[in-house]
Amino acid sequence: MMCDFLFSLVCTGEIFELKAELNSDKKEKKKEAVKKVIASMTVGKDVSALFPDVVNCMQTDNLELKKLVYLYLMNYAKSQPDMAIMAVNTFVKDCEDPNPLIRALAVRTMGCIRVDKITEYLCEPLRKCLKDEDPYVRKTAAVCVAKLHDINAQLVEDQGFLDTLKDLISDSNPMVVANAVAALSEIAESHPNSNLLDLNPQTINKLLTALNECTEWGQIFILDCLANYTPRDDRESQSICERVTPRLSHANSAVVLSAVKVLMKFMEMLPKDLDYYGTLLKKLAPPLVTLLSAEPELQYVALRNINLIVQRRPEILKHEMKVFFVKYNDPIYVKLEKLDIMIRLASQANIAQVLAELKEYATEVDVDFVRKAVRAIGRCAIKVEQSAERCVSTLLDLIQTKVNYVVQEAIVVIKDIFRKYPNKYESVIATLCENLDSLDEPEARAAMIWIVGEYAERIDNADELLESFLEGFHDESTQVQLQLLTAIVKLFLKKPTETQELVQQVLSLATQDSDNPDLRDRGYIYWRLLSTDPVAAKEVVLAEKPLISEETDLIEPTLLEELICHIGTLASVYHKPPSAFVEGSRGVQHKRLPGSSAAGVSEAPPAVIPSQGDLLGDLLNLDLTPPTTTGPPPPASSGMQMGAMDLLGGGLDSLVGLLNTVLSEAVSLRSSFNVPVSGGLDDLFDLGGGVGMPMGVFNPPKTVWLPAMKAKGLEISGTFVRRAGVIQMEMTLTNKAMSVMTDFAIQFNRNSFGLAPAGPLQVLTPLSPNQSIEAALPLSTVGPVMKMEPLNNLQVAVKNNIDVFYFSCQYPISMLFAEDGKMERQVFLATWKDIPNDNESQFQIKDCHLNSDAASNKLQGSNIFTIAKRTVEGQDMLYQSMKLTNGIWVLAELRVQAGNPNYTVSTVLVVLAVFKSYFSNTNQNE
Amino acid sequence: MIHSLFLINASGDIFLEKHWKSVVSRSVCDYFFEAQERATEPENVPPVIPTPHHYLISVLRHRIYFVAVIQSEVPPLFVIEFLHRVVDTFQDYFGVCTEAAIKDNVVVVYELLEEMLDNGFPLATESNILKELIKPPTILRTMVNTITGSTNVGEQLPTGQLSVVPWRRTGVKYTNNEAYFDVVEEIDAIIDKSGSTITAEIQGVIDACVKLTGMPDLTLSFMNPRLLDDVSFHPCVRFKRWEAERILSFIPPDGNFRLLSYHVSSQNLVAIPVYIKHNITFREGSSQGRFDLTLGPKQTMGKAVESVLVSSQLPRGVLNANLNPSQGTYTFDPVTKMLSWDVGKINPQKLPSLKGTMSLQAGASKPDENPTINIQLKIQQMAISGLKVNRLDMYGEKYKPFKGIKYMTKAGKFQVRT
Repeated sequence: MMCDFLFSLVCTGEIFELKAELNSDKKEKKKEAVKKVIASMTVGKDVSALFPDVVNCMQTDNLELKKLVYLYLMNYAKSQPDMAIMAVNTFVKDCEDPNPLIRALAVRTMGCIRVDKITEYLCEPLRKCLKDEDPYVRKTAAVCVAKLHDINAQLVEDQGFLDTLKDLISDSNPMVVANAVAALSEIAESHPNSNLLDLNPQTINKLLTALNECTEWGQIFILDCLANYTPRDDRESQSICERVTPRLSHANSAVVLSAVKVLMKFMEMLPKDLDYYGTLLKKLAPPLVTLLSAEPELQYVALRNINLIVQRRPEILKHEMKVFFVKYNDPIYVKLEKLDIMIRLASQANIAQVLAELKEYATEVDVDFVRKAVRAIGRCAIKVEQSAERCVSTLLDLIQTKVNYVVQEAIVVIKDIFRKYPNKYESVIATLCENLDSLDEPEARAAMIWIVGEYAERIDNADELLESFLEGFHDESTQVQLQLLTAIVKLFLKKPTETQELVQQVLSLATQDSDNPDLRDRGYIYWRLLSTDPVAAKEVVLAEKPLISEETDLIEPTLLEELICHIGTLASVYHKPPSAFVEGSRGVQHKRLPGSSAAGVSEAPPAVIPSQGDLLGDLLNLDLTPPTTTGPPPPASSGMQMGAMDLLGGGLDSLVGLLNTVLSEAVSLRSSFNVPVSGGLDDLFDLGGGVGMPMGVFNPPKTVWLPAMKAKGLEISGTFVRRAGVIQMEMTLTNKAMSVMTDFAIQFNRNSFGLAPAGPLQVLTPLSPNQSIEAALPLSTVGPVMKMEPLNNLQVAVKNNIDVFYFSCQYPISMLFAEDGKMERQVFLATWKDIPNDNESQFQIKDCHLNSDAASNKLQGSNIFTIAKRTVEGQDMLYQSMKLTNGIWVLAELRVQAGNPNYTVSTVLVVLAVFKSYFSNTNQNE
Repeated sequence: MIHSLFLINASGDIFLEKHWKSVVSRSVCDYFFEAQERATEPENVPPVIPTPHHYLISVLRHRIYFVAVIQSEVPPLFVIEFLHRVVDTFQDYFGVCTEAAIKDNVVVVYELLEEMLDNGFPLATESNILKELIKPPTILRTMVNTITGSTNVGEQLPTGQLSVVPWRRTGVKYTNNEAYFDVVEEIDAIIDKSGSTITAEIQGVIDACVKLTGMPDLTLSFMNPRLLDDVSFHPCVRFKRWEAERILSFIPPDGNFRLLSYHVSSQNLVAIPVYIKHNITFREGSSQGRFDLTLGPKQTMGKAVESVLVSSQLPRGVLNANLNPSQGTYTFDPVTKMLSWDVGKINPQKLPSLKGTMSLQAGASKPDENPTINIQLKIQQMAISGLKVNRLDMYGEKYKPFKGIKYMTKAGKFQVRT
C-alpha cells in the first residue's frame, strides 16, 4: 500500500495535498503525511518545498515522528539553510532530555546537518554530550566530532574537541573507546602530520582491553589503529600479538583480516628462532583458509590480500595449495585470483598436482579463464625448473586438442619457455609448425614467427614458412610486422645463400611501403647494418639474449612492505600504494614494516692510513692552542637525529664511500669522454672554471630520469642544484603523448637524507602534447628517513591525470653540504683526534690537473671548506670540513703533490672521518 | 566510511538510495552499470569498482545489487560484511529480501538503515537491538498501528548496546524455555574423472535457536573437540575457556543466531558420501553423444542419502538430450544447456541411473569442453565430520530448559569432473 502512493506522487498537486496534511491538527494525519514525504524523498523525488511544514512537526513527543522529521532534515537542510536554523532550538532542547536515547538521537542528527551556519550553535550541546553520564550518548557524541570536523575543521580544533576526543580513548566503556578511535582515525586522515593518535604503551594497553569487549566494528577500528603502532621491542611486539590472536577466530571476516594485518606487521619484530614465531605462523593459516569459504565478494578481497601475504611469507600457506583449486562455478574474478596464487605457491613438491589442475582448467568454457590457465602452465615452467619438461608436454597435449585459442596461448608461452631454457625443447618446434595456419591473433603469430626466426637453422622450410607470412604483410599488426622483419633478417644471417631475395623483399616492404616509423626505422637499421658490416649485423641481431627472470609479476619489495601494512584496505585490493589513488587522503604517510631490533650496527671496515702517527703529528702542529672544546658544535637539527642514527646503523660505510666518489669527481678533471654523465655528479668544477665562473655549486646537466615510453608519453629529465642554501630539483616535463596532461603531483619515497618536496609541484597549466615545461621543486631535508642503496638514491613517484609513474634517480651528495660547514680550527683539531681510526678511509684521485689553491677554491664553491693548509716536503696538505644537511660532519685531508709537468698528474689523498662523537651526543640527548 | 548505499535490481533500476553523509549523485552508478554490462553473468560483476572520485563496493544477494559508495580508504571487507548485515536484517524483518518487500516497507527500511550506520560508522547491527528500536512489521501490528496510532519505533533505550553482553536484551521472558542447536555440515569437494578426490573440505556451522528466560549461561561440550581447529565464533563465546578446555561457554543472544562456524580441511577426515559413474562421450563426425550416469552411496555410515539433485551444464553444441532416468525426473533447458535430474532418495539396492543420447548440431565438430556435474544432497541425523555434542548445561537460571541437537549433512559445492 505504501508503494501505491509512492510511485504515484509526481505532480505538484500532491505536494499541496501533503502540505495540507502536514499542517493538520490531527497527530495521526501529520505522521502519515511525514511518512509519505519521506517515502517520496527516498525514491529521489524533490519534496524540499515542504521544508517549513515538516520542521513544524518536529516539536513532538512522538519518537517515531521525531525520527522521521530528523531524517528529512538531514536530507534537505543543505538546500534550505535559513530554514534549518529554525530547527536548532529543538536540538538544543533535545540534548537535555532526560531520556538518553533522545539525547543521543539529537546529537547524532545535529552532526548530519551539513550547514555551516548551524554548526556553531551546536558546539555547546556537543560539549555537554561528550561528557554525558551515559556512555551511549558519549559514544554518539564522539562520532559527531568527526562529522563536525568534516564540515568545519577549524571550529573543531578551536573548540578543543580533539583533546576531549583523545581523552575518550581512556574511557571506561569499550564502545566509547572504539568510537573515539574511529573518529580520531577519520580525522587523522585529513591531518597527515598531526599526532592525533598518539600511541604509547599505556594507550595501547587500553585499546587492547577495549578490543576484547567492544562490537565487531569497534574491533576493526581498534585493530586498524593498532597496526599503526611500532612496538619498542620484540617482547612488547609478542605480547600484543598474543592479545590480538584470538580475533582470528571472529566470525566477522573484516575483524579477521585486520587482525592478520596487525600480526603480519608485528611479526617482523619477532626473532625467527623464537618458538612463538613458529606458533604464530601456524595460527595464521586456518583463518585465511576459512575466508575462502565465504561469499565470493569476501573471497575476492581475501584472495587479493593472500596474494600479498604469499609473496611476503610463502611459508604460511605453502601446504594449503588445494584450497585455491578453482570450482567451475566460482565467479571469474575469484577464479583468476586463485590461479595467480596457485602459481605463486607452485613448487617442486606440488607441481604435479598443480599441472593436472591447470590442464583441467584449460578445458573449461570461459575463454578468458582458459587462456590464463594456459599462460599459468608456462609460468610454472619458468618458475619451477624441474617441472619445465612436464609443463612442455602438458602444453603439447593442449596443442593437440586443436582448440584455437588454447593453441595460440600455448605457442605464446612456449616462446617464453624457449627464452628461459634455450636449446632444450626445440624438438617441439615441428609440432608447433603444424599449427601455423590456425594462428589468427597477433601475439601468437608474433611468437610463432619469433620461434621460426630464432631456430631458423633447425627448421628446414623456415624460409617458406616466413614467406607465407610475408604475403599479407600490410594486413598484419605492427607487432607481427616487426617480428617478421627481425625473423627474416635472422634467417638471412643464418642461411645467407637461399634467402637473399626474401630479405630484400621484407626490407623494402618495411622501409618503402610502410607508414609506421618504428618499422621503417628498424628496417633501415637492418639494411644499413647488412650492407655495411654483416659481421656487426650478426653480432647485433643474433646477440645472446638475456634470460627472462623467474618470477615475473612480483611486487616490488618496498611497495610490498607498504602494502602488508595496509592489508585489508583498498590499497591491498589494488596492489597500489594508498597515496597513489585514494582521493582525499592528502599526504598518507608511507608505512613500513618495523625491522627486527636485533639487527646489529655494522662496523665500518678498518681502513687505516699507514702513516697514522705522522698525520696526527701534522695535525697537532697546525695550531698551538691546546684543544679546549672536546665535542663538536652539536648542530641543532630537528628531526634529523633519526636519520643520523639510521646512517650510523650500517650506512656509514656507504656514506664514506659515496663521499669519496664525490670528492674524487669534484677534484678530477672533467673529461668529455670518460666521465660518466649518468651519475649526475659529472663535475663540480672544471679546469677553466676558476676564472670566469661565479662561485657556486657545480650544477650537473639534466639527465633523463623517466623516459616517455615508460610513462605513457611523459618524459622527465632533471637535475639537482643547491641555490642559496636551498636544494632544488629542477625538472623538464615533456609531454610526448597525444593528449593533454594535467594534475601533476610528486612524492618521494623515504630516503637516506630525508629529502622531501617542500611544496607542491608547480605545474599549473595543463601540458599539451609536444610541450615542455620547466619546474623547480624546492626540497626540504626533514622528511622521513630510510637508508637507500645506493645511499644517494631517491625514488620518486609522479602522478598526472593519466597514471602514476615511478622512477629513481641519484642526487649528488655535494648538494647536501651545508653553508655552515666551516669548522673552527680548534674544534677541527680536537675532533680529528677524537675520531676512532675505524671511521677513516682513504683513497686517491687520479688525473687531477689543479694546484691546491685552485682545488680549495673550487671545493669551497661546493661548501667544502678548507680549514688549514700546510706544505710538507713539496706536498700541499689541505684540511677540510663539510657538513651534511642532517648534521653529520665530514672532515677530510687532501694531499696535493706537484706532479709531473708533462702530464700534470696529481695525486690527492683524501682522508675521511665522520664524527662518531656527534652520534653519541645525540644518543644521550634522546 | 560508508557514504551512500544504492539498491539496484536485476534490470538495472536504482530503486532505493540512502546517503549517510552528503548526497552522492546517482550518476556514480553508471560506472557500476558499465561493469555490469561487461560481465557475462550477473555474479561476475567485480565487487570493488574504482571511479574517479569514489569506490563502489557491491554484493549481489537475492538478485539485488547492494552497492555501497565510499570515498576514502575503508577496508572493503568491512563494507562487504556490513552489506551482508543489511541483507540479513532485511530478511529478518520482512521474511524475504526482495525488491517488492523493500518497496513495501520503505519507511522501515529507511529507519533501519539510519540506525545501522551513523555518519558511515556502524551503529546497531545486532538484530536484537534493532528489534528493540524498530519493531518488525507484521500484519497484526500494521493493523493495530493504523487503528491506535501507535508506532513501530521503540521508546526505550536499547539497553543491550551498553551492557557487557550487547548481543542480549534484558528482561527476556518465556513460558517454554528451550534451546535447540543444529549442527549443519556442507561438503565442498572436487572429484576428478577417475573418481579420486582432488579436494574435499567441510564447512560446518552450529546454528542455535535459544529462547530462554533471564540471563542463562550455557556450556556446550563436544565428544571430539579436536576436530575443530579452525573455528569462528559468535562474539558471545568466551575464547579463553575454549582455548583452555575446548568447551563453548557463552551467554546466548535471544532467538536465532550462528554460534560457531568451522572448517575441516584435512582430507582424511572428510568422507565422500556418494560416488558417480559417468560416461559422457561425443564421437567425432557423429551428431550423437552418449550420456550415462549412475549414482551410488559411499561413506554414509548407514544413513540414507536424500534430496539428491544432479545438475550439469552440457556443452554449448548440444541441441537436445533424450534420456531415461531409472528414478526421479530430469529436465534439459535447450537455451541454457542446463541438465538437472531430481533423483530423490538413493536406494542402495537399486542404484539410480540416467541414460540416453544427446543430439548435436549436424555437422558441428565435437565439443571442446567437458561438462562438470554438480551434486546436491542431504543426509539427516549425521554430521559427516563425525562431530558430536557431548552435553549442554545451563547455569545462572533455576528453571529446566528443553534441549535439542540436530545433525545434518549437505553437499555444498560438490563437483565431479568428467
